[in-house]
Amino acid sequence: MARRFQTPSQTVGPFFAYGLVPEQYGYRFTSIADHAVAAPTTEGDQIRIIGQVFDGEGTPIPDALLEFWQANAHGRYNHPADDRKDNLLDPDFKGFGRIGTGTSAEASFQIDTVKPGAVDDRQAPHINMVVLMRGMLTHAFTRIYFSDEATLNAADPVLAQVPEDRRATLIAKRDEALSGSVYRFDIHMQGERETVFFDI
Amino acid sequence: MSEQRMDWTSHPAHVYPDYKSTVLRGPTKPLVAIDHTLSELTGPVYGHDSIGPLDDDLTKNGMRNGEPLGERIIVTGRVVDENDRPQPNTLIEIWQANAAGRYIHEVDQHDAPIDPNFLGAGRCVTDDTGRYRYTTIKPGAYPWGNHDNAWRPNHIHLSLFGPSFTSRLVTQMYFPGDPLLDLDPIFHGTPEGARDRLISSFAIDVTEPLFALGYAFDIVLRGPNATPVED
Repeated sequence: MARRFQTPSQTVGPFFAYGLVPEQYGYRFTSIADHAVAAPTTEGDQIRIIGQVFDGEGTPIPDALLEFWQANAHGRYNHPADDRKDNLLDPDFKGFGRIGTGTSAEASFQIDTVKPGAVDDRQAPHINMVVLMRGMLTHAFTRIYFSDEATLNAADPVLAQVPEDRRATLIAKRDEALSGSVYRFDIHMQGERETVFFDI
Repeated sequence: MSEQRMDWTSHPAHVYPDYKSTVLRGPTKPLVAIDHTLSELTGPVYGHDSIGPLDDDLTKNGMRNGEPLGERIIVTGRVVDENDRPQPNTLIEIWQANAAGRYIHEVDQHDAPIDPNFLGAGRCVTDDTGRYRYTTIKPGAYPWGNHDNAWRPNHIHLSLFGPSFTSRLVTQMYFPGDPLLDLDPIFHGTPEGARDRLISSFAIDVTEPLFALGYAFDIVLRGPNATPVED
């Protein structure tokens, strides 16, 4: 069988909004995904995650595109490769969300979803992320874990592969001051607190 | 189950100083290699149910009071994995500048005309053989602020999920013979041996008489590690 070589990545550029998140930015085109990863009726604990993306000088980035991929409340992915029958599939929950940081004054993002269940009996609840922006020729992969899952986080096999002093960059902090289940997750592209990005 | 890793001989590094905005935005600490789990081997599934009837014709889906201006083109090719296996029912998202080199995006302040009949966004889905096809207007070159007298070559932005989270690809398709390619730091950020994979080829067999020029462009996504058993 002929071997083919991967098509190289190129930057998403500054003008992705009308193609990838058109409804969020008010363009006349439908969106395939938005900030609502789950509906209000989706089974599970409804949560909100807010945050910002910072560049190497600590300036919030207003033209990042963030993508979120997660299991449902039972820890099951809506994908053929996850065929574990003992974890209940919710056909109405795709598990994918997408938001640009260009529609709020603070260049912040906010997603509404349900807290994912533990995946494959070993991994702590987490949301997988893709980070894209002008100035990134290749996108970056990261994960969001939750500050109120300390026991499961301590046993998580992926966190275990991350240097201990950098693990905190992957943990969304539950904000007790706000009503409802709100977590804050900031992404630092560079610097002391640079978020851990994965080579997968 | 095992999947190919990110091929860093194909993809640009995160910091490439000739492309200035990478300097403060590209991660600088080493990426952490992790073993693949279900989280990496699954991914969002988007196929035929994700697109509307005019999504694959950018010459029609933005029309208000007439046809968009510019050179009509047809772009087609196959989406395959590294073993040349076709990737059927795979969504491709498309966005681009108009014929004058102007994006409809409100942040684009390039002094070139907006075409009221051209949006510049579309989608298509691959068929059972991995083939896709869309009709559009050839995008124009446009200036940008990276360096003195900097111009982007003609290009079309493409976004694909592929079969899993690891196969996510956002890229740009260029056109053959474009003199701006030699001067473009975004194109040059790609490892030298992989750059040609970003350039489409003119195809007379795709060209439709009296209608539109044709270009061919295959897209190769990451796939399973081992050569699969024929099924």
